[in-house]
Amino acid sequence: MNATTEYLRLRDLHAFYGESHVLHGVNLVVNRGECVTLLGRNGAGRTTTLRAILGLTGRRTGSIVVNGTEVIGLPTHQIARLGIGYCPEERGIYSSLSCEENLLLPPKLHSAGMSLDEIYTMFPNLAERRHSQGTRLSGGEQQMLAMARVLRTGAQLLLLDEISEGLAPVIVQRLAQIILQLKEKGFTILLVEQNFRFAAPLADRMYVVEHGQIAAEIHQNELDEKREFLQEVLGV
Amino acid sequence: MTEIFGIPIQALMGQLMLGLVNGSFYAMLSLGLAVIFGMLNIINFAHGAMYMAGAFFAWMGLTYWGIGYWWSLILVPLTVGVVGVIIERTMLQWLYQLDHLYGLLLTFGLALMIEGAFRYFYGSSGLPYSIPEELTGAINLGFMFLPKYRAWVVVVSLVVCLATWFVIEKTKLGAYLRAATENPRLTQAFGINVPLMVMLTYGFGVALAGLGGVLAAPAYAVSPLMGSNLIIVVFAVVVIGGMGSIMGSILTGLSLGVIEGLTKVFYAEASNTVVFVVMVIVLMIRPAGLFGKEK
Ligand SMILES: Nc1ncnc2c1ncn2[C@@H]1O[C@H](COP(=O)(O)OP(=O)(O)O)[C@@H](O)[C@H]1O
Ligand SMILES: [Mg+2]
Repeated sequence: MNATTEYLRLRDLHAFYGESHVLHGVNLVVNRGECVTLLGRNGAGRTTTLRAILGLTGRRTGSIVVNGTEVIGLPTHQIARLGIGYCPEERGIYSSLSCEENLLLPPKLHSAGMSLDEIYTMFPNLAERRHSQGTRLSGGEQQMLAMARVLRTGAQLLLLDEISEGLAPVIVQRLAQIILQLKEKGFTILLVEQNFRFAAPLADRMYVVEHGQIAAEIHQNELDEKREFLQEVLGV
Repeated sequence: MTEIFGIPIQALMGQLMLGLVNGSFYAMLSLGLAVIFGMLNIINFAHGAMYMAGAFFAWMGLTYWGIGYWWSLILVPLTVGVVGVIIERTMLQWLYQLDHLYGLLLTFGLALMIEGAFRYFYGSSGLPYSIPEELTGAINLGFMFLPKYRAWVVVVSLVVCLATWFVIEKTKLGAYLRAATENPRLTQAFGINVPLMVMLTYGFGVALAGLGGVLAAPAYAVSPLMGSNLIIVVFAVVVIGGMGSIMGSILTGLSLGVIEGLTKVFYAEASNTVVFVVMVIVLMIRPAGLFGKEK
C-alpha cells in the first residue's frame, strides 16, 4: 500500500453550531494507512472536527476530501458510505437495540470488513453479552462495542473520539493493542485523544488543536524534543 | 335468557364486540401516531383526516370507477401513503428541528383543509357503503350472533398491528427504525439513509390510518366528520398508553374500546366520557402513560 497517498484532507474547514463559530479554518491531512492523533484541551474543537467531516455539525465551509471525493455538500449517510467508521465520544450505544443488534446496525460498506466470528474472537465479552440491552453493558464493554461496530463494516477510515476516556488501565492497554492490530491491517485512523500516554506510541503524527485551528504538527520522531511544548499546550 | 348482573348475555356480548371493533380502530390509529411521533417528532393531527380520506377513497373508488372493497383494501392505503409521502417531502421535513407545536399546528391546519374540502363536495351527512357480500350476515355462536364483518375488522386490525410490532421489534429493518428513532444523526453517520426512512415512516403511518378508513367504511357511514370524531378519542388513547411503545398503543387501544363498550351496557350515560375519565386517572398516577418511559 502506498503510504503517501492522501486519504483525508481538510482545507480551511469552518464549522458552526447554530450561531457559534467553532472551527476556524482547520487544515490537515491523513495519509492512507496512517494513524494521526488530534490532541488538545477540552473544548479545543477536536470532536467538532470529526463531526464536521461527517456533516454532523451545523453549517460548514471549506473543503473535505475523502479518498478523492469532495464531501462538503453531501448528506451524512453518503459521506459515511465512502468508507468511514465513526466511534463517537459519547459512544452512541443504542438502548433500544441489543448488544448484537448494535453491532450489526451499520451496513457493510466494503467486503473487507471483519466477520462476526472475528469480532467475537477479538472482543470475547461482546459474544457473552450479545443478547443484553446495549446500554446495560459496562462502560468498557460499551466502548468495545462502539469499536467493534465500525470494524465489521469494512470502513477504511476510522474516526475514533476519546476511546480511552474513563476506562480502566487494562482496557486502555487492550484498546492500544487493537489499534496496533488495525494499523497492521492497513486501516487509516484519525484518533482524538486527551490521554497523551495512550496516543503517543500509536500515532505516526499528531496535530495540536487550539481554538478551532491546528496549532502545531508533530511527527513521531520529534516527540521527545517537543514534549515540553506539548505539556504546556495540553496543560498536563 | 341468560343474564349477567341483570343484563341479557346477548346484549353484553354485542356491546363487547362493538367495543372490540372500536378498539381495533383505536389501536390501528394510535399505533400509526406512535410510530410517526417516534421518528418525526411530530404529533400528526392530520391522522383523523387520513382515516376519513381512506373511507372516502374507498367510496369514490366504488362509486366512480367500480373498484370494489377488496381492491380498495390494497389500493387505498397505498394512495393515502403516497399522499403522506408528498406531505412529508413538501411540508413536514422543514419542521423536524422545531418545537412539537409547529408540526401539530401544520397537521391540524391540513386536517381542517382536507375535511373542509370533503365537506364542500359531499356535505356532512353520511354516505352509505355496503358490506362486501362475502362478509354479510352473522355466525351463530350459541350464546350470541357474531356479525361476520365485525369479526373481520377485529381480525384484520389485530394482524396488521401485530405484524407492525413484529417488524419493528424483531427484524433488521426494525432495528434501523429503532436506531433512527433513538439517535437519528448517529444512525445516519453509519451510512443509513435516515431521511428516506423518515419519509416512508410517515407514509406507512398514514397508510395505516387509510386502511382503517377502508375497514370503517362499511361499519360506519362515510362522512367528512368521521375522522375528527375518532381522533379525539385516539389522542386520549395515546396519552393513556404513553407515546413510543408499539405494543402499548395496541393494547391500550383495544382495551379502551372494550371498556367503552362495557360502559355502554352498564352505565350508558358515561360511555362517551369514560375514556377521558381513564385518561385523567392515568395522568394523575403515571404522567408518562401506562407504557411510556419517564424522561
Ligand atoms: N452542540 C454544540 N452546540 C454549541 N456549541 C458546541 C456544541 N458542541 C461543542 N460546542 C462548542 O464547540 C467547542 C469545541 O468543542 P469540542 O469540539 O467538543 O471540543 P473537544 O472535543 O476538543 O473537547 C467548545 O467551545 C464547545 O463548547
Ligand atoms: Mg471532544
